[in-house]
Amino acid sequence: MTDAITLRQLQPGQRATIKKVGTSGELGRRMREMGLLPGTEIQVLGRAPLKDPVEIKLRGYNLTLRNNEADLITVEIGE
Amino acid sequence: MTRPYTIALAGNPNAGKTSVFNALTGARQHVGNYPGVTVEYKEGSALHEGKKVAVVDLPGTYSLTAYSPEELVSRNYLIGQRPDVVVDVVDASNLERNLYLAVQLMELGVPLVICLNMMDVAKTRGLRIDAAKLSQLLGVPVVPTVARQNQGMDDLLAAAVQVAQSAPEWRPLNISYGSDVDQGVAELADILQGAQERRGLLSARWLAVKCLEGDQEVMDRVRETPELADKLLPVCRRVAAHIKSTMDDDPDSIVADYRYGYITGITRQVVSSEREVRMDLSDKLDQVLTHRLMGPLFLFLVLYGIYNFVFWASEVPVVWFEHFFAWLGGVVESALPPGVLSSLIVSGVIGGVGGVLGFTPLIAFMFFAIAVMEDSGYMARVAYIMDRVLRIFGLHGNSVMALMVAGGISGGCAVPGVMATRTLKDPKARLATILTVPFMNCGAKLPVYSLLIAAFFAHFQAEMLFLLTLISWGLGLGAAKLLRVTVLKGEQTPFVMELPPYRAPTIKGLVIHTWERTWQYAKKAGTMILGVSVLMWAAMSFPGLGPEQDAAWQKRLAAAPGQTAGLELKAERARQELAGTLAGQAGQALTAVTAPLGFDWRANVALVGGFAAKEIIVSTLGVAYSLGEVDPEHSQSLSKRLAAEPGWNPLKAFALILFVMVYAPCLATVVMIRRETGTWRWAMFSVAYNTLIAYLLALVVYQGGKALGLG
Repeated sequence: MTDAITLRQLQPGQRATIKKVGTSGELGRRMREMGLLPGTEIQVLGRAPLKDPVEIKLRGYNLTLRNNEADLITVEIGE
Repeated sequence: MTRPYTIALAGNPNAGKTSVFNALTGARQHVGNYPGVTVEYKEGSALHEGKKVAVVDLPGTYSLTAYSPEELVSRNYLIGQRPDVVVDVVDASNLERNLYLAVQLMELGVPLVICLNMMDVAKTRGLRIDAAKLSQLLGVPVVPTVARQNQGMDDLLAAAVQVAQSAPEWRPLNISYGSDVDQGVAELADILQGAQERRGLLSARWLAVKCLEGDQEVMDRVRETPELADKLLPVCRRVAAHIKSTMDDDPDSIVADYRYGYITGITRQVVSSEREVRMDLSDKLDQVLTHRLMGPLFLFLVLYGIYNFVFWASEVPVVWFEHFFAWLGGVVESALPPGVLSSLIVSGVIGGVGGVLGFTPLIAFMFFAIAVMEDSGYMARVAYIMDRVLRIFGLHGNSVMALMVAGGISGGCAVPGVMATRTLKDPKARLATILTVPFMNCGAKLPVYSLLIAAFFAHFQAEMLFLLTLISWGLGLGAAKLLRVTVLKGEQTPFVMELPPYRAPTIKGLVIHTWERTWQYAKKAGTMILGVSVLMWAAMSFPGLGPEQDAAWQKRLAAAPGQTAGLELKAERARQELAGTLAGQAGQALTAVTAPLGFDWRANVALVGGFAAKEIIVSTLGVAYSLGEVDPEHSQSLSKRLAAEPGWNPLKAFALILFVMVYAPCLATVVMIRRETGTWRWAMFSVAYNTLIAYLLALVVYQGGKALGLG
């Protein structure tokens, strides 16, 4: 059994797979457009100087989102 | 003569669309604004085998759902204007996400050519892409290019023209979205197929998918025909409820899932990784440039560097411009008989427009520096670093650049600052930023500060300037917060933003970006500013001295005992003349209002004049204090005069400094706010809001200071 954790809880350098994007509407659409979908592999690259927003890598490019947006994304840590 | 083919360029932001546009059209392009929205619009023409081809640059978008103004503009253009062919510029190093838009374009059915751009970047990342296979799988021509180096542009143009020539029908691509959604789509499409009203030539299936996705614009149009809506909406609701209960999801996310599924299926077959690149150079740079301590330090150095560069580089050309306008004024003055017409042209037209145009070199260099930051990818990092701080005040990470440009580091200009807010997508945060920009210490306020500081705070010049910078930031951010909890209340929009890889900007791109923006600035000076500067000139010239008074002055001047006495008399005459003008009368009428701030009528006239441009404050004070015209750059004599003037003291000077810092933005800025917000309402609001805050601030400082015995 894997614990359901959110993207916010990932440490820089950690890799994980998206399990669920828990939002719909405008924000959900925007996230999907940017490729944040269940099954997508992501890696946290770092955080901004004030620990927010967070920078992640997915599908070969870099994306940044705020921590409260990262909260909506449930992930599963790989091996 | 046949109509030239029209190519529409679509693509994700950062996919190199601008480079492709520039490479195709070169200098044959012009910029406009889409009516009603602040989305920029570019058009140009390319030459293919001697024939002109029209190229329209659509705004960069990640998707075709009607969500942001950019996406709406793109979609409406494609549907309404039906270009002969659409070229989708795709970043080869970021294929998966970029194909999301391509698939949506294919679903719409437009005649498509895919420009597989940045093949060089893909190669350095160890990616090998089989363009032929991609073309075969998607069923559209795919042309590999490196637009920055002009590679593949001829092939791209040839492929696009070939598609246009064959004049293909729109053939929408039908993707399966899984059985549940597919069934719903089929049902909706049946209803739409039979409906009287077929919207243009859009396929019923496409509209059906949009209904299920809950597309705002399509739904609004459906609701216009109630009979249709009565049939469609229950189906939409039923499908949505079914998906919610069986999969705990929404139709639009299922649709997106399947689109990405389709894309992944294709990319697996065409992309092969030659080697694992663990971390590329761009990510390594980010480790340093967005580091906790190094990041802000580097940002500070960059801004400091820009500030120094802009002033250093523009110093000489600004003097040329000043000399040119002075020379022009001199020529007109000597060509025309002295009188109202000469004064109108020299002071009103040349002085007013010249005052704004004189800044052009400075603004051009500022735009150049911004273009470097944008094209290199650093600007997105600035937003990333600053977002957390600015969010506290209801602004957005991207607001920082506008504030910096406007004078966040003393010496900017609010006009390009307002223009720089275009990078903000959230309309409320953008408006809040636009209205915050005038609080910054622009270059035109500096002569006023240095005059008053030299007169009253001579021992603390640098400290005072630094303090004023801090005050302007504090006031600006506070004013933004105030707006965000009152008139601009609302949820903050998401900060889900791409951080593009760092790239070396190309000279061509920089030159084009700088030129476009500078030209827009110059054009504005020629039109709106001209009208208002003539009005301001009239207010400061009429009614002037009557013929009797004039004759009396002529007599006194003739009787002046020496040259110095003559000059003093002339200055005294100018002061009296100014007092009699509309602006002078306004200044005197305003004393009732400004007395609690400690301002006399002379300061008031200067402030009225300062509405045209803040530099005018110094020269008007010179006239009002009988010194004649004072050059804002060399105001020692006025400084001495003010310091010795009874009624002036450091407290009054400080209240005046604060008032000048905050009150009504200058005319050029007001005009620019009108242009960027699309309504005079916000321009007028800005004037009232700033003046009110300035008044309260000066009141508190002056009266408070007096109560503390500082006056």
